[in-house]
Order: sequence, then C-alpha cells, then structure tokens
Amino acid sequence: MPLYLTDDQAMLRDTARSFMAGEGAIASQYRKFRDMNCKDGFGHALWRHFGEMGFTGILVDEADGGLGLGHVEAGIVLEEIGRNLTPSPFLITAVTVVEALRGTPLRERWLPGILAGETVGALAVDEGARHRPEAIAMQAERSGNGFALSGRKQFVVQGASADFFVVAAQAAEGLTLFAVEKGANGLDVEGVRLADASIGARLEFERVEVDADAVIGEVGQGEAILSRVLNAGRAGAASEMVGVASGAMDMTVDYLRQRKQFGKLIGEFQTLQHRAAHLYAELEIARAAALKAQQLLDEGGSEAEAMVSVANAKAGRVSTLAVQEGVQMHGGIGMTDEHDIGLYMKRDRVLNALFGDAYYHADRLARLKGY
Amino acid sequence: MTDLETFRTETRAWLETNCPAEMRAPVRGESDMCWGGRNPAFQSEAQKLWMERMAERGWTVPDWPRDYGGGGLSAAETKILRQEMARIGARNPLMSFGISMLGPALLKYGSEEQKKRFLPEIARGEIRWCQGYSEPNAGSDLASLQTKCEDKGDHWLVNGQKVWTSYADKADWIFCLVRTDSQAPKHQGISFLLFDMASPGVSTRPILLISGYSPFCETFFDDVKVPKDQLVGEVNKGWDVAKYLLGHEREMISGMGLGGNGESLGAALAERLSDDPLLRAEVARFDVDAMAFRAMSERFIDQLKAGQAHPAQPSMMKYAGTELNKARHELVMAAGGADALEWESERSKGGKAAREWLRTKANSIEGGTSEIQLGIIAKHILRLPGT
Repeated sequence: MPLYLTDDQAMLRDTARSFMAGEGAIASQYRKFRDMNCKDGFGHALWRHFGEMGFTGILVDEADGGLGLGHVEAGIVLEEIGRNLTPSPFLITAVTVVEALRGTPLRERWLPGILAGETVGALAVDEGARHRPEAIAMQAERSGNGFALSGRKQFVVQGASADFFVVAAQAAEGLTLFAVEKGANGLDVEGVRLADASIGARLEFERVEVDADAVIGEVGQGEAILSRVLNAGRAGAASEMVGVASGAMDMTVDYLRQRKQFGKLIGEFQTLQHRAAHLYAELEIARAAALKAQQLLDEGGSEAEAMVSVANAKAGRVSTLAVQEGVQMHGGIGMTDEHDIGLYMKRDRVLNALFGDAYYHADRLARLKGY
Repeated sequence: MTDLETFRTETRAWLETNCPAEMRAPVRGESDMCWGGRNPAFQSEAQKLWMERMAERGWTVPDWPRDYGGGGLSAAETKILRQEMARIGARNPLMSFGISMLGPALLKYGSEEQKKRFLPEIARGEIRWCQGYSEPNAGSDLASLQTKCEDKGDHWLVNGQKVWTSYADKADWIFCLVRTDSQAPKHQGISFLLFDMASPGVSTRPILLISGYSPFCETFFDDVKVPKDQLVGEVNKGWDVAKYLLGHEREMISGMGLGGNGESLGAALAERLSDDPLLRAEVARFDVDAMAFRAMSERFIDQLKAGQAHPAQPSMMKYAGTELNKARHELVMAAGGADALEWESERSKGGKAAREWLRTKANSIEGGTSEIQLGIIAKHILRLPGT
C-alpha cells in the first residue's frame, strides 16, 4: 500500500476537515465549553453529530452497523480534531473502547449507543501519574458469579461523563478487562479539570461487583486485548498530535507573514524562516510515521508494535516543538488567553501524557529492539 | 493471481537465483560500492556479476523506458522490485551519478539523440560520470559560476575551474555548468554541457578531507574543445536543467543517509549500551527519529512516483536525512569510545568508524547546505516573504 491517502481516504479527510473547522472549531466548542465550566468538557450535541456523520462507526464492523474502516481512517479524523482542538470523546470512545469491544458479545450492549453518539465509554488503565500499563495493580477477585474490583484509577479521560468504563485489573488468572457501568455500587468517580480544559477522572473501586459477562474477552487474557487497545490509542493520539502541531504551525506561519517589526515582516528574518522550515520537516516526518503505524496496524504487519511507539514518540516531540515555537514566535500576544496559540500548547501536553510520552515510547522501542 | 502478484513471484524467484550471496549484505561505505565506468574497478567477481545481471534486465534503472536501457517497469512494479531486493538484503547493483542525477535530467531535457546515446550506457554502468557544478567562488551561491564557454562555430571552448567535483579523478565524463553569456542576469547565462574527461585541457587534483580520504577534486579546464551536440537543452537555459538535477541529487543524498538496511542503531550497539543509561536513551531517541524518517522516505518515494510530491520536497529530505546521518555517526563514535578512535589499526579496520564519522560532516554541506535547504523550504513550501 502506498504511503499516502487513497482517493476515498482523501475524501474522508476533506469531509472531516470541513466538519471540524465548522462544527468543532475552537470558538464554538473548545472555548464555549471551557468558559461555561462544563462538567463534561465537551458538547453532547456535537458528539451526536459525530454519530450522524458516521465518524463514530469508523472502527465498527459493517455487520454491527459501522463503516468497517481502519486505523488510517480513524487517524484522518483525529488529525482534523487535533487541528481544531475539537473537544469530543472520539479518541477514547470511538477508537480505544470500540477496539476493546470488537468481536465480543458486549458490543451488542454498547455499540448502538456509541454509533449514535449517545454513549460515552472511557478507558481506566493508569493508576499512577505516568502511563504504566505494565504495572496494573487493581484486583479482580472472584465473587458470586462474577468479580469484585478493588483499587484506583486515574487520568480516566471523559471519565466524569462516561456511561461505562473499560477497566484493566488483575484476576488470579492474569490481567483481565471488564466493562463496568457508571453508577455501580462502590464506584466513586471524581471529575478533575485538566490543563487543556478537558475533564479527566479519578476512580475509586471499593469491591465493585460485576457479573461474569462484564468480562471483555476471556478471563486472564486481557493483556492481548489491552495491547490492541493501547496500540489503537497510541497511533490515534499520534495523529491527533500531528493535527495539533499542524494547527499550531499554520497559525504561526500566518503570523510570520503578517506581523511587522523593525519595518519588516518578521517572516523575512532568516532565523525565524529556518526554525519554521525545521518544524515543517519534523512535522512531515511525524505525519509519515503515524500513517505508517496505522497502515501496519490495519495490515497486521509485524513491525506495527514498534512503529506505533515510533509514531507516538515522534509526534509527541514534534507537537511539543510546534507549540513551543508557536507561542515563542507569537511573542507577547502568544501568552494571552485571548489568543488561540496557547490552547494548542495545553492540548499538546495532555495528549503527550495520555498513552505514554516520548520518553516512555523511546524506551519501549529500545526494549522491542533488544537493548 | 493479479499481474502484480505474478510479477512479485517471478521477481522473487529471479532474485533468489541471480543475486550472489555476497551481494546480500549492506554496502560498507562508499569504497565498497560498484561504480562501473570505462575501466571498472570491481571489488569482487560477485559484484561484477550482480551488476551485469541486473543491467541486462534493465533493473539498474527499473523505471526507465526499455528503449533507453531501462526495465520499463511501472511505479508499482518498481516498488515491488525494491521490496523484494530489501527482503533478501540485496544491495544496489550500481552506484552512479549517471543514474541518480544525469539520467533523470536527460530524460526530461535531452534530445532524442542524446537519450539514445547516453542513457543505455548509464544503465549498463559503462561510463562513470562526475558533476561540474561548484566553483571556488560559487558554492552555496551556485549561479554566480564563471567557467567560460564560447561558441567557436564548430565546437564549444571551455575555460575555468570547478571544485568539489566528486570522484573527478575516477570519472570518464563530466556534466558541467558553464557560462555562455556573461552579460545576462546570473541565472540566465548558464548552459549545461557534457564532455569527456579525457579531452585535452582537462586536469584534476584530489582534495584531501579531514577523514583522510579525498572523494572530492579540483578540476581545471584549459581550452577544452567540446562538440556542439553535447549541450543539453537550450543555450543559456542550463539553470532549469541544473535545478531539476539538484532535486535528484538531494533525493539521492537523503536516501544514502541511513545506510538503507533499516537496522536499529541500538540493536547494533546493544552490548555497548547496557551500562550507560544516558547513551542508551540518546540512541533510543535516535532510533525513533531514524524509523520515522524511514517512513518519510517511503512516503516521499511513493508521492514522487504518484506525482504528488512538492517540487521543493527533496530539500526537506536532504536536510532531515543528512542531519540524521550526522547524529548517527556521533552516537557510533560515542559508543565506540577508544576503539573508534584508532586511526589506522587493523582492529579499527583502518579507522573506519572515525573516517565515516568525519565524512558525514560533508553531508550537510555538499549538494546545498542545510541552511540553503531550509531557505528553500521557507520560500517555496511555507511561502514566507523573501528578503
């Protein structure tokens, strides 16, 4: 498969681009929900609109009412989300949670709502401040015909508005994933506003009882599913970071073409030209890496695992470079809340932390390569 | 089976049968490559055989037309051929400025007669070419070149000096930028000329580099007579040919950047990293960059073949690829420690690591400096205002 978008994929990109620029734009979504101090951090009407557009069904099989597309297509939508800072549950619900439910009986329970843009699912994996899925300690004890879950989770994005959670816990047989409904007895959800105005949650599980049919896949077989889920999230986050970087860079390059100092357009200064050109090169490389990772995921290529970490680490570093250069080159105005460039900086930081940052993924790549 | 699947099966079988075992290993530096030429210096019988077998099928230049010695393959078939070569680690059968630089320029700007005359011999590796672009006062500011070319009716007369002519001492012919109109604005009085390095009046002298090697030369032209039909394109329009060719040169340099075999640097250095966490971290970061760049290279080639690449994109590839290559060799030197610093010993294979490290420093200078490439990106891709 050539490493550029097919005609169909380019069409999806154009659709997603105009949708996000219109419906999902910063003023109408990001700022609006931030400024009203919304408890969800996003608008449900827009999420339903995602459903009407078919975006929610990108990774859902056609037999289940979805579009049956792949990670490349999810990445296309995510890049446009990143470019416009569109607040939505797309990455977590329509990518990682859908990936978790794929091929399991639980999909009948949850997919129709997700497809319609009515339901929000969240991912409860991390327990510490940094992404460490290898160190999951939450316990799942056998209890009645099911399990009792005890422990805590944090950085559960959209956790405060989620209808259910995909939860990773240790059963006697090994790591197991569960679908746990909001309002379960013993489950405490505390919403926390993050730097980018999105809402994450801390979850406390105090012997939360779930039936055996809440198990996603097989008991003790959670590691393989979790790895699929995390790869989907990591590749998706890479695309969203490429989008964030592109949005920030476009804004910055526009500014270089307009702002005058010393009687010149600042874009005429070679120092700034070279920094902008360096950023361009880095961004193109990150975009290629994300697309490669997604193609490999869709094809089941053997290098997919490594390439996902490459894509996430590279996109993370480039996105950070883009927002830093963006704020710096905007000068004083870049520090104001009124200007949008700073919003990109905040979103970048959250996305970088979400599925493991560039340090985590460089280390993971090194381990995969045997050093 | 589709045609492409059949092509893949047949190509795989052919390569398995015809690629000698010795040629299924990465090239160990510039001196290990097969360059062809009038008096070819093959490193081994296998190297000779491999070049000849590939040339016979036109696969030294798989996507050139068959009429000009090429393989006549489509973009998709060419990609399959590359994938199948990569699968068995088959090396490039012929390294040639004729293939990577002059050929594409002739295909676009050459007369039919010139294409028929020069392209097949390039494909077969019979003539080794060098490039006469830079001059002592025309490096980054290439268009200020002064080598004088006068129309003497039945021939051109060339006088002047070139510098940084890679392998001029080993080359058979030169493709050369010359000034045919000294009154015109500097970009408009340049022509693109081909001639034999054995012509009377051509002399050349190697320039010793910090690596102790001299891939580059100074080249002098003293009343060199060149037949009239060896000028490519129109008189005084050579700058168009030159720019087009530079794009291909940048493409080639960026492709050479990573050694091509896709191996992780960390995996290669693994035992030297185990007790050095900071170095391991730097190498891991390099591997992220290198694998991401490799994806970019694949994307760039796919986009080129599909006509989707921006004309200034080779500048981006050249910039990123050569900076990355320098970073790679800094890490190799750091990991090698004292071993890598031995300049002449057998242990160090004659200071191979150190000499290659020093050689990479020219990567971001030759073929247009990194700063020139960044300027091109800023101007032609980002459309930042000119000064």
